[in-house]
Amino acid sequence: MGKVLFMSGNDACVEGAIAAGCRFFAGYPITPANEITERMSRRMFEVNGVFIQMEDEIASICAVIGASWAGLKAMTATSGPGFSLMQEGIGYAIATETPCVIVNVQRIGPSTGSIFSQQGDVMQARWGSHGGCYENIVLSPYSIQEMFSLTIESFNLSEEFRVPVILLSEAAIGHLRERLVIPEKINIVNRRRPTVSIKDFKPFKALENEAPPMAFFGDGYRVYYTGHLHTVEGFPVLSLEKYPLAEEVLKRISSKIRLNIHRITMLDARYINDAKIIIVSYGSSARAALRAVNEARKNGIKAGYLRLITLWPFNYQKIRELCSYADVVIVAEVNNGQILYEVQRALPSKNVIPLLKLADTHTPMEVLAKIREVV
Amino acid sequence: MHLLSNIIRTERLPHEFCPGCAIGQVYHYAAKAVEELGINMDKVVFLSGIGCNSRGVGYVRFDSATTLHGRAIAFATGVKLANPNLTVIVVTGDGDGAGIGGNHLIHAARRNIDLTVILYNNRVYASTGGQLAPTTPYGMYTSTTPYGSLEEPFDLCSLVAAAGAVYVARWTTAHPYKAINSIKKGVLKKGFSFIEIIGQCPTYFGRYILKTTDPVKCLKWLIENSIMKESTSKIPAEELSNKIVVGEFVDKDRPELTEQYRILREKLKLQLV
Repeated sequence: MGKVLFMSGNDACVEGAIAAGCRFFAGYPITPANEITERMSRRMFEVNGVFIQMEDEIASICAVIGASWAGLKAMTATSGPGFSLMQEGIGYAIATETPCVIVNVQRIGPSTGSIFSQQGDVMQARWGSHGGCYENIVLSPYSIQEMFSLTIESFNLSEEFRVPVILLSEAAIGHLRERLVIPEKINIVNRRRPTVSIKDFKPFKALENEAPPMAFFGDGYRVYYTGHLHTVEGFPVLSLEKYPLAEEVLKRISSKIRLNIHRITMLDARYINDAKIIIVSYGSSARAALRAVNEARKNGIKAGYLRLITLWPFNYQKIRELCSYADVVIVAEVNNGQILYEVQRALPSKNVIPLLKLADTHTPMEVLAKIREVV
Repeated sequence: MHLLSNIIRTERLPHEFCPGCAIGQVYHYAAKAVEELGINMDKVVFLSGIGCNSRGVGYVRFDSATTLHGRAIAFATGVKLANPNLTVIVVTGDGDGAGIGGNHLIHAARRNIDLTVILYNNRVYASTGGQLAPTTPYGMYTSTTPYGSLEEPFDLCSLVAAAGAVYVARWTTAHPYKAINSIKKGVLKKGFSFIEIIGQCPTYFGRYILKTTDPVKCLKWLIENSIMKESTSKIPAEELSNKIVVGEFVDKDRPELTEQYRILREKLKLQLV
């Protein structure tokens, strides 16, 4: 077993980022993400990386993208209003296929809301940037161990698919303290670099299920990035008649994710095979759900537990397979119903019912009461 | 072969700019400055935001990006901090750099990060159709000030100087050699350099304000209405307020940000050992 530590989710996130190779952090103070920014301000200098506190969240995401072009693994952390401000930058990272990680320690909304925990940004994380012809990757941690391991996974997926990955945490997880085991061996993925000559390099040319190799600024490839609809060479499409293949790059930024959904999907399924009632949940709600399912089982109720670790891309097929035996599926989440409707789309012929709460987290008793209600 | 094919992506010509536009001149000055300085062009990065000016980076043969509206300086801050060996040049416009992006402009000047910002000022939002900019002169008619502007414009050189830039100059496209020389000085300067270039926009500023779309007339207007900083005391203050004051406003030294990072890292390395 590796080194055993005791720390908060936000602190574990920083250690995961450093283990993944993150060497650039730009951020702006906001509660409940401050501990990430504060720890980074010390730790980045210890690992020869860069920390900068920018003038706002917009500047933070832009600096992160710039650092990624220059070759560093880069991330930012924010919450609520800051995440809203970053949406244009996140869309730009998607369009330019720039790897980076955005940690959102969710707080209650809408607007300033407060700093109570909520899971309200699930849809914003998926659809927040304008012109929604894109796919991205969003992961939901439920423990301090996962704040560490999923931060690493966020970097790995981001590097492999050249896409911004959002680690969608919550105040309840960011501020939770529990045991963290640092594994002895950690799998690290680094972005592919071009091997062809400068003359032959097309920066956005790749198969439909992959991201192209990435040249760093200063490598001599003289790469041009733009948020404009662009050709495989990377230049703006000025007329759709002149560039009939203009859609090629636009299609690929979605297909590179969709065609790899089986590899990106992470789920935690327990007591599923004979379950008549399945609780689908994620993040902090899943902690209550697991306890409630264990209690229900002790009482002879055939309850099952399905935790979504990868929220987006949403794997409808996999959910359908896992829930095929159930009569009732309960979706527990801390918002007005967001993943609920995705589960209903995955299971059109099943009884999918909500267990919603608008702030904080569920308690095991609340989940158990719902299970008893539908038995 | 085009004479500047080593610095211009000639395969992308013809360009998108209006006839008589100053943007070609501004990029020419920037590329010329880099060429004359003899810097390894693989280590030069050009970044821009959104607006007429920002389309230009796609025509220069460097590592480059057309970033988000107003945000080029924030991207540049990330690039420069991640690899301080790169020469990072931002080409922006007045709406891009001083309107939506004004916050990043003053904070980069305050930090004194080693960037060279060339702000091409045509004093309107041109790519969207000639709307009011934060640099449009008082009382001028634009497509969003049909009764004349009620706002005073920014003096961008004073703004950036107050925020802490170490090199600040203003020229017009009627002063090409002065402008190239200032860009060279800015690139060589360790710290935040700001070169404002007021250029002709026959399509909007010319048509709406000067009542001419002839670029030569627009350029003549720039010459006639410019005054060297050193000569400002010779004319009455009332007359001066309508003039474009050109010249070098700041040329000083103070600690540069990436250099301070390097020194801190060295210091910490010794402490950690």
